[in-house]
Amino acid sequence: MTIATPKYHRRVLVNRVLMSLSVLAALVGLTALVIILTTLVQNGIAGIDEKVFTEMTPPPGSDGGLLNPIYGSIFMTTLAVIVAMPLGVLAGTYLAEYGRNARIAVFIRLVNDVLLSAPSIVIGLFIYEVMVRQMGHFSGWAGAAALAIIAVPVIVRTTEDMLRLIPDPLREAATALGAPRWHVISKVAFQAARAGIITGILLAIARISGETAPLLFTALNNQFWSIDPNQPMASLPAVIFQFAGSPYENWRELAWAGALIITAAVLFLNIVARLFRSPEVKQ
Amino acid sequence: MSVADEAPQTAAMNAVSRKFARIDMFYRNITRASAFAIFAVLVGVILSLYFGAKPAIDKFGFAFLWTEAWNPVKENFGALGPIYGTIISSAIAMILAVPVGIGIAIFLTELSPWIIKRPVGIAIELLAGIPSIIYGIWGLFIFAPLLQTQVQPMVIEAFGDIPVLSTLFAGPPFGIGMITAGVILAIMVLPFIASITRDVFDSVPPVLKEAAYGLGCTRWEVLWNVVLPYSRVGVTGGFMLALGRALGETMAVTFVIGNTHRISASLFAPGTTISATIANEFTEAVGDFYLAALFELGLILFGMTFIVLLIARYMLLRMQRRTGG
Repeated sequence: MTIATPKYHRRVLVNRVLMSLSVLAALVGLTALVIILTTLVQNGIAGIDEKVFTEMTPPPGSDGGLLNPIYGSIFMTTLAVIVAMPLGVLAGTYLAEYGRNARIAVFIRLVNDVLLSAPSIVIGLFIYEVMVRQMGHFSGWAGAAALAIIAVPVIVRTTEDMLRLIPDPLREAATALGAPRWHVISKVAFQAARAGIITGILLAIARISGETAPLLFTALNNQFWSIDPNQPMASLPAVIFQFAGSPYENWRELAWAGALIITAAVLFLNIVARLFRSPEVKQ
Repeated sequence: MSVADEAPQTAAMNAVSRKFARIDMFYRNITRASAFAIFAVLVGVILSLYFGAKPAIDKFGFAFLWTEAWNPVKENFGALGPIYGTIISSAIAMILAVPVGIGIAIFLTELSPWIIKRPVGIAIELLAGIPSIIYGIWGLFIFAPLLQTQVQPMVIEAFGDIPVLSTLFAGPPFGIGMITAGVILAIMVLPFIASITRDVFDSVPPVLKEAAYGLGCTRWEVLWNVVLPYSRVGVTGGFMLALGRALGETMAVTFVIGNTHRISASLFAPGTTISATIANEFTEAVGDFYLAALFELGLILFGMTFIVLLIARYMLLRMQRRTGG
C-alpha cells in the first residue's frame, strides 16, 4: 500500500532537491580544488628543468634556478624537526602517560592547542623579538627556531593521541611482570605507538615545509648561495613570495616551479604518513 | 634490620630498585619539563608581543582599535582597516565554505557509493595539507584576472541600479580585493570544514538514524531532524576552528587583498587584513612606532584567534560530554 498524498510528494521533492544540492556542493568544491591543482601542475612543469635544481636564484631577466632556496628550506626544516621532535615527543608522552587527566595536563593540552592554532605570522613576530633583535641580524637559526615552534604542537598532539590509543592492559601486563615505569613507557607503549608517532612527525614536517609567514622576518631571504646559518637564508616559500609578486616573467616561472616542488613534497609526505598509519588502524 | 644484615640477593635487588626509581624520576622530570617548556613558549609569545607593541600601546591607547588612519610619515597608526578586512574576508570565507563543506560532508556520509567514498575522503584530507601560498599565487595569477576581465564587470553592470547591491558591488573592477580574498580563503578552509563535519556526522549513533528511517523519514529529514541537532555542537566547534584558521591566514590573502588601509563599502574594493599588513610592511617599517604598531596588530590578531579557539574548545568539550567520549 503506497501513501501518495500531496504532502508525501512534497517531502520526497524536498529531499531530492536538497540531496542534489549537496551533490552539487561536493562537485563545486572538488572542482575548485582540482582546478587549482591542475593549473599548478601545468604552470609548474613548464618552469621545471634541470637548471631549477642546479643553479641559484637569478636577477630579473636572467636564467637561473632555485638551488639556494631548496637548500635553505631543507636545512631549516631539518634543523627545526631535530629540535622539535624530542621536545614534542617527550611533552606528548607526559600528557599521555604521566599527566593523563590531571588538571595540570588539561591545562597544558589547552596551551598546546592555542599554540597549534596560533597564526604562524605571530610566531614569526615572537622569534623576531627574542632572536633577531637580540642577535642584531636575520639568520637561518631564527628561521629554524620559528619552524620548530610551529612543529612542536603538532608533534605533541599526535604523539599524545597515538599513545592514548594503546590500551592500558598492555601497560598493566608489563608492570605486572616487574617492569619499571620508564620501561613500560619506552619499551611497551612507544613500540606499540611507534608508527603513529612517526606519522605525526611526518605530518609536522609537511606542515612546516609550506610555511612562509614565519620565515619572512626571521630568516628573511638571500639571493646568493649561503650555507651559513648565521646569515639570512633563502627558503622556497619566501622566494615564491618574492618572485610571484614581481613583474618579471622568468621570476614568475620560477615561482610556479617552486610552488610545484613544495606541493609535491608536502603531498608526498602526507601520503607516506598515511601509508605508515594504515596498517596500525586496520588492527 | 640494617642494610648490613641483608642477604646479598636482597641487597642487589634493592640496588636495582633504587636505580630504577632514579631513572623513573629522571624520565618523569624530563617529560614534565618538556610539557612546561610549551607553556613557557606561549607565555613568551604573549609577552614578546606585548613588549614589542608597548610603544604603540602607550602612544595610541585604545583608540588604536577604531582609528582608520595609517600614516607612517606622521607616525599615526590605526588598526580599524586591518581589523575590518580580517573580519570581512573571514566572514565571506565562512559564508561560502560552510554550506559547501556541509554539502560535501553529507555527500560523503550519506550519498556516495563506497567506491567513491574512500578516494574522495582521502583527497579532501590531502587537499587540506596544501600550503596556503599555493592558493595565493593561484588567486593572483588565475583567479583575480578572471574576476577582473569577466565576472566583475558583469556584476557591476547587473547590479548597477539596485539600491543596496550597487554599493556592495560597486567600483572599478580591480580583480583583487575583499571578495577575491574571501573566495580564496573559502576554498582554503573548505577541506578543513568538510573533513571535520564528516567526522562529526560519522559519530552519530546509527541507531538514531535507523529509528528515524524506520518512522519513514526521507534522507533529508533524517539529516535535518536527527543528525544535525545531534552533531550541532561538534560541527560548530569545527567551524570555529576553521574560522580561527581563516582569521590568521596570511599567504592566501596577501597577494589578492589589494593592501590598502581604507575601509570601503564595496566588496570589490581593495582592503587589507592584519596578517597581510604585517607580512607586507614589516621589513620596510622604519621608526619605533611603525614596528610597534605592527606588533600591536599581531597582538590583536593573537587575541582574536585565542578567543575563537577557546569557544571552539568549549563546544567540542560539550560535544564530548554528550557522547560520553
